[in-house]
Formats: sequence, structure tokens, C-alpha cells
Amino acid sequence: MADTRTTRHTLSVLVENKPGVLARVSALFSRRGFNIESLAVGPTEHATVSRMTIVVTVEDLPLEQVTKQLNKLVNVLKIVELEPAASVQRELLLVKVKADLTTRSHVLETVQLFRAKVVDVASDAVTVEATGTKDKLDALVRVLEPFGIRELVQSGMVAVGRGSRSMTGSEPRLRAVGS
Amino acid sequence: MSESPSGTSLTGAESLVRSLESVGAEVVFGIPGGAILPAYDPLFDSVKLRHILVRHEQGGGHAAEGYAQATGKVGVCMATSGPGATNLVTPIADAYMDSVPIVAITGQVPSASIGTDAFQEADIVGITMPITKHNFLVQHVDDIPRTIAEAFHLAATGRPGPVLVDIPKDILQARGDFAWPPTLDLPGYHPTTRPHAKQVREAARMITTAKRPVLYVGGGVLKARAAAELRVLAELTGIPVVTTLMARGAFPDSHPQHLGMPGMHGSVAAVTALQKSDLLICLGARFDDRVTGKLSSFAPGAAVIHADIDPAEIGKNRTADVPIVGDCRETIADLIPAVQELYAAGSRADLTGWWRQLDGWRETYPLGFDEPTDGSLAPQHVIKRLGEIVGPDAIYASGVGQHQMWASQFISYENPYTWLNSGGAGTMGYAVPAAMGAKVGRPDATVWAIDGDGCFQMTNQELVTCAIEGIPIKVAIINNGNLGMVRQWQTLFYDGRYSNTNLQSKRIPDFVKLADAMGCVGLRCDSKEDVDATIEKAMAVTDAPVVVDFVVGQDAMVWPMVPAGTSNDEILAARDTRPVWGEDDV
Repeated sequence: MADTRTTRHTLSVLVENKPGVLARVSALFSRRGFNIESLAVGPTEHATVSRMTIVVTVEDLPLEQVTKQLNKLVNVLKIVELEPAASVQRELLLVKVKADLTTRSHVLETVQLFRAKVVDVASDAVTVEATGTKDKLDALVRVLEPFGIRELVQSGMVAVGRGSRSMTGSEPRLRAVGS
Repeated sequence: MSESPSGTSLTGAESLVRSLESVGAEVVFGIPGGAILPAYDPLFDSVKLRHILVRHEQGGGHAAEGYAQATGKVGVCMATSGPGATNLVTPIADAYMDSVPIVAITGQVPSASIGTDAFQEADIVGITMPITKHNFLVQHVDDIPRTIAEAFHLAATGRPGPVLVDIPKDILQARGDFAWPPTLDLPGYHPTTRPHAKQVREAARMITTAKRPVLYVGGGVLKARAAAELRVLAELTGIPVVTTLMARGAFPDSHPQHLGMPGMHGSVAAVTALQKSDLLICLGARFDDRVTGKLSSFAPGAAVIHADIDPAEIGKNRTADVPIVGDCRETIADLIPAVQELYAAGSRADLTGWWRQLDGWRETYPLGFDEPTDGSLAPQHVIKRLGEIVGPDAIYASGVGQHQMWASQFISYENPYTWLNSGGAGTMGYAVPAAMGAKVGRPDATVWAIDGDGCFQMTNQELVTCAIEGIPIKVAIINNGNLGMVRQWQTLFYDGRYSNTNLQSKRIPDFVKLADAMGCVGLRCDSKEDVDATIEKAMAVTDAPVVVDFVVGQDAMVWPMVPAGTSNDEILAARDTRPVWGEDDV
């Protein structure tokens, strides 16, 4: 363990859609000392299955220990690591930017450049919605900052593998893999 | 309760009792209270379930553990909501650390009151999430049979562990359908029990070629009921065996290949064998810090075969060269023919040089102790004589501390499931209730609790339970008037500043009078000459619990010792005595 290397991984975790599962997963990360960078959870095409997208950074320990501990949770069905190159990864950003008559056109121009859109307008501010990778959203925020950011809210990342294959498959009763 | 066919309408409480009966539970250790009260009504009528009314929920939880560890069956404890449930937290955490299969059933406030800070409400599912293998909050009366079946299945299979089932009062009172057997719905639970054949072959190859191999045996071998298979493998290969604190009894102590226990208070031979080994064959152990000492210097020259049913244990602390995920019994059973095949093909390393070294360490640094110079009774002598007089067919349950280490060192364990203790959690107060549970599960066995006077004062109220319920356990209090292990550390690492370790309890409480008050026979012994006769006298009592107050010296220390956080190479055979290893190479 001479050099400490931090690596970031995106895990797609299929879990049973039951009360308390989010608490089980997030508590596991905190008590085992794993760092969650973002966590998003929502329904899937199967009513009994939810999907979590977890971005985790690991230091001095293999990702394997994270997935093995996750797999021990009885409600966890399947874990897949999504490589950035082989998956589509997106976050959603809502940002309220100061924009009066003198600056509004500049703000709108910036929004267009990033293919973002304005979803609410007030006399002295606009609210911008953008989706994209973390890098793209960071860049947008940097460019909007000089106008004055009044409020910013961002979702966790969601991701899906590229190509036609499905992680969930056609069977709702999924088997846990990994270990 | 009355027999009625499956598929009939029962209350949730009746359904719970029927489910426990159907899943094969025989004993429940519990205390009723408001939220669990409905369950106690049908329990009153059950002829298949024996309910043992404990005096504290913690005692009920440890009793369930003792029952499980002595019998291999799932132990059951029951408590009401709120403080009843939170009193179970310690035994649940204990069972989690030591992989003991127990099911805890707790009452919960009515569904409509959950989240309102109702009277005796506690979020026990949230509280026990990190210390259970899994837990459930039952939300519908019809789910009770399936949930109970799932809880027992989860507790007993794979890596065993505690499972908690929390049932709101209104669900115990509601009517629903009872159908048995229910279909388990655990789509995410598939423990791997069959070891991978390729890994087994690779392990066998390493076993036959290693020059300094050691079988590092942990509690998983006992959980897998693989003691017989282990003995075959050990005798086939002639490889030395060390058994961890959780595995004492998995391999006979009298066996010439047994080097003893490794770890912080392990034998010099066992600790050194691991340090100098070129191959650790780790079976159901987990490279716990109490075994490895400073991890980075643990067994530096050893390749590792790591067999465990929990894949997360493999590679957690020490990288495994050959990981084998599977049940220990199946793994060992597969290793035996694989090794035989290689032997038949002529591949077999010569271990005589290794054994010469091992025997040298064993002869030079045997386990032993010095008689106290102040004329006091040596605690080690008491424990040693207890083991010799009572014999290897008895069950010994210990608390945590010096007496626990001496009990692990100076009693010869010849049979599996005869040594019960709190290894991972280190729970003081484990001994008396665990002995009670073991005696309930194995009524024909003699069961001794070996306890410290500190531990004993935490859970001795269960002796009342023992006296009333007819559970004649025997308790040896190793009474040195101190929190002995903490005092030992103060002696060694805090310049003898004995801050708050003197219990001043040689007569307060008077343990003989206390025993008497609790319906037990109380005996006292404070001289070496009386030890044997006192033990014989305790053994002669068969109709009541016996408590023996062995008044011992306070300065005895546990040796050998690897000071916490240091390398196993720093082992002290006795105070200021570091072993000399001799030549390094075999």
C-alpha cells in the first residue's frame, strides 16, 4: 500500500422494491467506510425491482469488497459495474441564474450553447434545466457563475449500458450475480 | 394450541406460534410486554414450544445463542417493543460477530402508531440493520408464516447469523390465512455452498508441495459441522493445526498435530507456526486482528488458501492466492480425494524438518503459569483442574476477559460444540445466559459457565431463571475482585495505574449468599488444597444450579501475549520473555 490511489466506479444495482432497501444500502456504505459520490434510485420496467445507480470512490481497497458486501444484502438482486466508455451516464441540473434585461440575452445564449433549456422565467432570474455528464454540467455551471447563481440543485447520476442488452433481462425474478 | 388444517383463518399471534412450531422451534427465551402480548396468549397453550421466562432480554438473547451453539439449531428469543427490543441489541450484535443462527421476534407498536414516538416505540429494524444478517418488519398478517420461514432459512444457511422479525401489535391481532409450508421469496439470496473444482485442485496442489503448511481453522468449520472431515484431512496430510478462539473443539487438543490457539493470547507454537509458514490453509476463519496482530507483518512468507462460505471475507484483510467460496465441510471433503490423488502421483513435500521446528517451539514454550508468590489461589490452576475433573464431554461457556483466555488455554477441548464464548464482540456477561441456553438444548450434558466476577455481575440474574425453570448449570466465578484483563493492560501499558478496575467485590456482593438468594447452591473456595474437593462437591449437585466463588489472586496475567497493534513476531511468552526462534530455514 505504498501509493494511495482513488478510483471512481459507477455501479448499477438492482434491488427488490421493498421499504427500507435504500436505508440498507446507504447504511452499508457508511458503516464499511465506502465513499458514495452520488446515489440515484428509481423504478424499472419490472414493478418489483428498483434500480440504484451508485457512484463510489474507493481508496486503497478493491471495488470487489464493495460489491461483495452489497451482494450480501438479501434485498440486492444484481450488481453491474458500468464502464464510462460502454455506458450512457447522465445527471440532471436545475439552476436559477440572475438575469435582468441587460444580461438575459447573454444567459440565454449560454444556455443554447450547452443545449440546455429555460424552464422558468422571472423578471430578474431564469431557471435552467440541463442534462449531461458530470463534466458537461460542471462546465455549464462555470460559465453561468459570472451572472450570479441564486440556487442550484442536481440529481445523482443515472446510467445505462450501451447496446441492446438489458441488465434486468426479461425475468423479473432476477438472480444475484457477482461474488 | 389446537390442531387445525393448513389454510385456515388464524390471528397473527396464532399464526406466529404455529409458524414457530412448524419450522421446528422447540424453545423460546423471552419476556412479554405490551406490544408482544397477543403472541403470548396462544404461546400459553402451545405444547410444542417451551417458553422460558428470562429475567432480562439480554439474557434471553445470549441463551438463544448458547442454545444454537451447543445444538446447531436456530435459537429463538422474544421481546416486546421499545426497551424490550433494544435490550436484545447486544446479543444480536454478538451473534452477528460470531455467526450464530438466532431469530429474534419483537413486538412493535400498532402500525398506525409507527413513527409517532408512541409509548415503547423504537425503530428496532433500523437499529439492528447493521448487526443482523437480515431483518423484517411484518406489514400484513398473511405474511407471518413466510416471514418466519424466511427468517429461519436465512439464520441457518450460508454464513449463519441473527435475523430479527418485528411484528406490530395490530398485525398480531388481525385475522389472516395460515398456510404451511409457505413459499420462500428471497430472490437475492443464493449462498454458494459447492466449492469450485478448479480452485480445490489448485489448493490441493499447493497443500502437497508446501514445506511449512499450517491448517488455520476457524469457527466456520464448526458451523459447517466439519470436525470429522477436518481430522481426516489433517491426518492424511500430517499438517499442523491451529484452532482459533471460535474453533476450539473443532480438532482435539490432545491430538499430536494440534499446536493450540493462535492470536493475541495463543500458544507460542501456534503463533510462530503461522508467522513462519509458507502456506496458510485457512478454513472458515477471517484473519481477525486478534489472530493476525499487525496485519502487514502477519505470516509474511505464506501463500494463502482461503476457504469461506462468505465471499466478502475472502480478500477482506489478507489477499488469498487461492480463494474457495463454499461450505467448509464440502470444501474439506473435496480436498481429501484431490490431495490423495496427488500423493498417489508421487507429489508430497517432506514435513519432517517443519515438524522438528514446531516441536522445538512447542517443547521450549509450553503453556504454563507461575504460582502466585503471595500465597493466593492461581486462577489458571482452578480452570485447569476444572477441565481435568469435569472432562471433555462437558460444555464450557465463558465470559470475556482473563478467565476466558485461561479457559481457552487450560481446558483440553476434545469435542466440537463444547466451548462457547463471545469471540468477535467480546461481550462481558455472555457466560451465564449462554450456559443456560446450552443446558436447555443439551439437558444431558454437564454445562459449566466460567465467569469473571465483573462479567458475573452483568447477567447473573438468569440464575433465577435457571433455578425456577430447572436448568441446573454450574458457574465457576474466577473472582479476583477486578476487571482483570483491563487491569492487566493497566499493569503493562499504564504504569500500574489501576483506574476503575478494582471492583472491591471480594465480599460485596457475597456471591455465596447471592447464589443462595437466587435458589442456587453457593460454594466458596480460596485455597489450592480445596479446589478439587469443591469442584467434586459442585459436580455432586444435580438438582439445582451451583455457583462456586473461587477467590483468586489479582495479579495473575494471561501469557503468552502479542501486545495490541504489534507484530506477532513480538510475542511475549511471559512478561519480558521474548522467544528465540533458532534457525529460520527448513
